[in-house]
Amino acid sequence: MATDDPIIRMRNASVTYDHGESYVLDDVSLDVERNEILGIVGESGSGKSMLASAMLDAVPDPGLLEGSITYVPESGSKVDILELDKPGLRSLRWEEVSMVFQGAMSSFNPTMEVGDHFRETIQAHDMDLESGMDRAHELLEDLYLEPERVLNSYPHELSGGMQQRALIALSLVLDPELLVMDEPTAALDLLMQRSILILLRELQEKYDLTMIFITHDLPLVAALADRMAIMYAFKLVEIAPTREIVEHASHPYTRALLNSTPNLDASLEEMQPIEGSSPAPINLPGGCAYHPRCPLATEECRTTVPEFERTADGHVAACHHTDEAVDRIPLNYEELLREDTLGPDGDRA
Amino acid sequence: MNSQPVLSLEDVEVHFENKPGLLDFGADPETVRAVDGVSLDIAERDVVSLIGESGCGKTTLGKACIGLQRPTGGTVRYRGDDMWAVRDGTTNTDTEWADIRTSLQIIHQDPGASLNPNRRLISILSEPLRQVNPELSKGEKRERIYSLLEHVGMNPAADFAERYPHQLSGGEQQRVALCRALLMNPDVILADEAISALDVSLRVEMMDLMLDLQEEFDTSYVFISHDLSNARYFTEHGDGRIGVMYLGQLVETGPAEQLINDPKHPYTEVLRWATPDLSLEQSGELPMRKIDIPDPVNPPSGCRFHTRCPEAREVCARDQPADYRLGDQRAACFRHDETHEYWDSPELTD
Repeated sequence: MATDDPIIRMRNASVTYDHGESYVLDDVSLDVERNEILGIVGESGSGKSMLASAMLDAVPDPGLLEGSITYVPESGSKVDILELDKPGLRSLRWEEVSMVFQGAMSSFNPTMEVGDHFRETIQAHDMDLESGMDRAHELLEDLYLEPERVLNSYPHELSGGMQQRALIALSLVLDPELLVMDEPTAALDLLMQRSILILLRELQEKYDLTMIFITHDLPLVAALADRMAIMYAFKLVEIAPTREIVEHASHPYTRALLNSTPNLDASLEEMQPIEGSSPAPINLPGGCAYHPRCPLATEECRTTVPEFERTADGHVAACHHTDEAVDRIPLNYEELLREDTLGPDGDRA
Repeated sequence: MNSQPVLSLEDVEVHFENKPGLLDFGADPETVRAVDGVSLDIAERDVVSLIGESGCGKTTLGKACIGLQRPTGGTVRYRGDDMWAVRDGTTNTDTEWADIRTSLQIIHQDPGASLNPNRRLISILSEPLRQVNPELSKGEKRERIYSLLEHVGMNPAADFAERYPHQLSGGEQQRVALCRALLMNPDVILADEAISALDVSLRVEMMDLMLDLQEEFDTSYVFISHDLSNARYFTEHGDGRIGVMYLGQLVETGPAEQLINDPKHPYTEVLRWATPDLSLEQSGELPMRKIDIPDPVNPPSGCRFHTRCPEAREVCARDQPADYRLGDQRAACFRHDETHEYWDSPELTD
């Protein structure tokens, strides 16, 4: 889907293994808007991490990445990421686009102090050490950490939440434009997750960052993201501003996902698991890959792959039955949404 | 129904001693106060959820409940008998330690690691039956196992029974772990973050299954989670209570819906804030003064939450609040005593 001022433009990106036998990313086109926070949501094995790897041409061997991916810097000329040589990719990956993964412990070298990670990163990219470390101090403070204490600690001396925040600071020390995070908070307890989300929003505003947040947890990222992209079976099935997704999701899968999530507001009787399980990368169902689990599936869904259909401003869904989805799959928190629009004294009758 | 609780904890303390290493020769040993003065009853067919952030002591308390962790203070009673006195043989009772351990079971967060990778499901699940019902014939055991596997949705059971754990998905492994625990005919199952490793969309299904089997097997659950919405779902459906833990202490207990809709302790409110919901109306402000939980080696004086609490006043740093009884809820916060000196105490400034 095209946007006005994209920082990343991805067109028809596919990743295949076994000589094209199995698709782990299937014809994905997506623009990432400059200075937005984009949430990419999908269940385990839906291809969401592969999407992030593809964006940086970091698909694990022997995967084959096809399509086009363009990085558009604020000033200067566009970069075709798939045409970059190794040194070009290397500088792009830390200085322009940075990544944070789940489990900080495996990203840090356990035998090095946290401060050495910062120094090594700054020097490897030929930046001035002193100003780089000043920036490190500021970032650590932004993340509610005591800079001296953290820099002089070994990773294992910090709690999981502190490690993950230190890793976010490290990823931003070279002043990148775009931060891609893959389940950055998944191993942490909810309170730390939410606290980190608040800090990410503050960082985004302070440093004019663009952020991509990849997760299986839709309600979590709904509190942070400006826009969401939903993945199912290695494809994007719906893209829309967060409020649109939460209030008017048009893809049956998105609606099922919203209904399956335990939350504090929905009435307990209406939380429903999604029937069936998501498909493996070989022998994907024909037509719309969701059709075996979809209550609205018709003959057309079994035979024809649905194209993106525009259902509102900035809102697209890949489904043959977007009109029916809203009426036939009610959201279990709809009453709550109505209360919101009517205000606290809203008449529910 | 028997009015005597299955498990009764009274003023339980679990303190771990951190022995100084060789290099810290001469240093004093540090004491980690994982659980500090907790009292809790678990009735027949009860559901008690323990929630709190990482490092609050909820797992240690759970293990103390089911006899996997010996408390350093206080008592844990199983149907009236002090279980550690039974273990030591210092009490006159017919209850055997082995029976207590059999009737208190656990399922872990990572089911893959708790199932023997070299054995088929049929052999994994025969083991508890062999212990509890040694008189059953091979055919009867097989029948029992098949019917339970079918019950948890693993069809065809005969096919699943011949599989190894690695041939199952995470959700299926967790169901096998649940079956194994249930075949011991336990009185209480400790479910320690048992659904946290599952995809969000599979959690409701697993919780439904656990509650469904509770009816059949007549068991109680101690459900440990850091996620208030999961604890709410599980507790409300099981008609139970939620206990909120902070640095080794229970700061609030109450029925799920009341505790969530009308939290009486500021820490419960913070957990409520941390639970994502879809209303999109959340404030972008941190409701705490500090992000990180303090070290349990030297817990803060007075109310342990005072270093992060948005409502803290000077008296909170000095005195430890008692448990206030508020209908079905209990909370340890001075703000429930209208005449307490808290109201005249100056606000804490960092």
